[in-house]
Amino acid sequence: MADRSEGRRGKPVAWHGGPVMQALIWPVAALALLVIFNVLFTPGYLSISVVEGRLSGYLIDIFRDGSSVMLLAVGMTLVIATGGVDLSVGAIMAIAAVLSASMVTPEWNEANLGGWANAMLADRTIAWIGVVIAASLVASVLAGVWNGALVSIFKIQPIIATLVLMVAGRGVAQLVSNGRIFTYDLPALEFLGKGTILGVPFSVIIVALVAFLAIGLTRLTALGLMIEAVGDNDTASRSSGVPVRAIRFMVYMVSGLCAGIAGLIESSNVSSANANQIGLYAELDAIFAVVVGGTALTGGRFFLVGSIVGALLIQTLTNTMYAQEVRPEIALIPKALVIVAVCLLQSPEFRRKAWGVVRPGVRVGGKA
Amino acid sequence: MKTVSRRDRAGIPLSLAFSRATALLALLVVSIGLVACDGSAEPNDGSSASLVVGFSQIGAESDWRRANTQSIRDEAAKRGIDLRFSDAQQKKENQIKAIRSFIAQGVDVIAFSPVVETGFEQVLEEAKRAGIPVVLSDRAVEVSDDSLYVSFIGSDFEEEGRRAAQWLVDNTEGEVRVAELQGTPGSAPALDRAAGFRAVIENHDRVEIVWSQSGNFTRTEGKQAFQAFLKSPDADSVTALYAHNDDMAIGAIQAIKEAGKDPGEDIKIVSIDAVKQAFQAMIDGDLNCTVECNPLIGPQLFDIIEKVAAGESVPKRVKVEEGVFTASEAAELIDSRQY
Repeated sequence: MADRSEGRRGKPVAWHGGPVMQALIWPVAALALLVIFNVLFTPGYLSISVVEGRLSGYLIDIFRDGSSVMLLAVGMTLVIATGGVDLSVGAIMAIAAVLSASMVTPEWNEANLGGWANAMLADRTIAWIGVVIAASLVASVLAGVWNGALVSIFKIQPIIATLVLMVAGRGVAQLVSNGRIFTYDLPALEFLGKGTILGVPFSVIIVALVAFLAIGLTRLTALGLMIEAVGDNDTASRSSGVPVRAIRFMVYMVSGLCAGIAGLIESSNVSSANANQIGLYAELDAIFAVVVGGTALTGGRFFLVGSIVGALLIQTLTNTMYAQEVRPEIALIPKALVIVAVCLLQSPEFRRKAWGVVRPGVRVGGKA
Repeated sequence: MKTVSRRDRAGIPLSLAFSRATALLALLVVSIGLVACDGSAEPNDGSSASLVVGFSQIGAESDWRRANTQSIRDEAAKRGIDLRFSDAQQKKENQIKAIRSFIAQGVDVIAFSPVVETGFEQVLEEAKRAGIPVVLSDRAVEVSDDSLYVSFIGSDFEEEGRRAAQWLVDNTEGEVRVAELQGTPGSAPALDRAAGFRAVIENHDRVEIVWSQSGNFTRTEGKQAFQAFLKSPDADSVTALYAHNDDMAIGAIQAIKEAGKDPGEDIKIVSIDAVKQAFQAMIDGDLNCTVECNPLIGPQLFDIIEKVAAGESVPKRVKVEEGVFTASEAAELIDSRQY
């Protein structure tokens, strides 16, 4: 009996594209639908003009506003591929943002670094901004090292290990700034979030570089395969010579670095850093983006492009709410509905059952 | 089967059981000692003549709140009041714990800024039973019995909204189409500032709100929301922006500049709070007016607390003294702003 039904089950919806196409099709379809909706209901949605030497338009806003979620999604994809999760990215964003804003505030420098820092800030601003960015990114990578150590050396469950920093990280950020919100007026640092090159927002260029680097390193070398191996089967990978511990360590460091860059972009976009607000709930957006993009939370196969599409989907949703002037207390519901719809479409089980409803002739269950 | 000895059945050797009892007894003695210590500490506090005030603050979420805390601490130090300060870190639970501990310490007056409006009924009743008067600062609570607190000192958010609207009415001519950036949906300042503003423009047909969105009181969201609005066809006809706080106004100013318009000129901007950065924006010609929401309530707060402690009657609602500042006076005032 069971054998007979087995032959029919699943056949009508079998997808014959490659796994990458299969993972990408649903988020891309959702994104396309959302864009079509906007084209119909938001006047001038697709138009891109040049204002003050920068590209301007709804589509540009999506890429620009979404750059920090896209960055987080890249790091998060690698972590999730190893079967882990990084809840601390929002807090790491806050640390990087607050550290950078503090180091360009003369009174903070005076109290914490000494007069030489201010001398450098005044005389060699660009060099000092370089130091500030480097310091913020080093701090973010160190945060990743902390997560990596807890997960790979001390074998603490990733969700718990990174929860520590998710909670404590904002405290660290507050400690750095002593609870103050620093604001700066430094075009060189503001360039990260506000600047443009040939009209293209600089933050989008950074995302493109990071994404290409990540995709190149994981797909042109064995690195990607090793990450997937770790997520698929820890023991088997270890016996086949994959440096499991090092890979785990590395993905958390990369995730920390991505979060640090995102934090710098986010704070430079508004020229200030508020330890309580920068990156708040960003970890959830990043996890959403990754899952919507086709990477399973259980680890293994991952899709960086899918995650980026997922991040764009989330940002398009947010911007659609702004453009349609949906009241903020209601805006969360359509957002949730779209995300649930995409997740359902990605589930083969759901597709099979839904197909059964649409075409009743096709038997779904085991009772043929 | 082997017979089970008495010792085994009990699980504990007799001698060990005895030593446990001893340990328990020792623990009891120590705790009695602790309680005794606690008791002996109280008269000490009472004998020192200074007033003891327990204050539970919401947290340290903004520069505004920091200035609020600093003002309270400074004023207490100036008057020689023994201030027991506790930071609730945005959590009601922490605040309730803090108030209970103030009751246990037997402070003279409890003051606090409630994190949320509801859920303080029980702990306030405990304070009432202990005979400790409670003063609310900055935010109100919802209680069925308003004898649970003696006074509430805080800003009048609705008045702030009215003042912002009044400035706009007084300083514009002809038809004014207003965009509004609201605060966090459902929060008291957002609701009241929206209501106060509307109450005034109702009487002026030429002023009309054409767009209203939340920027959640933050710069980032204020900027994003306004950036989207600026791309809509409505944007060209809008000549004024009313932001529920300075941070959102500053975010919107950046969006307006990026859209190639002149904030303060093409779009008149009025916001609320009067933080130092708003003064800078006014000096730069980007912001036109800011209505003060004054955190420096220390002097007024302790005036009330001292009266309450002396048994004098105090008004149930005390409004904080606040002003309205415009671009023309920004340059001379900026150095006097503490937050």
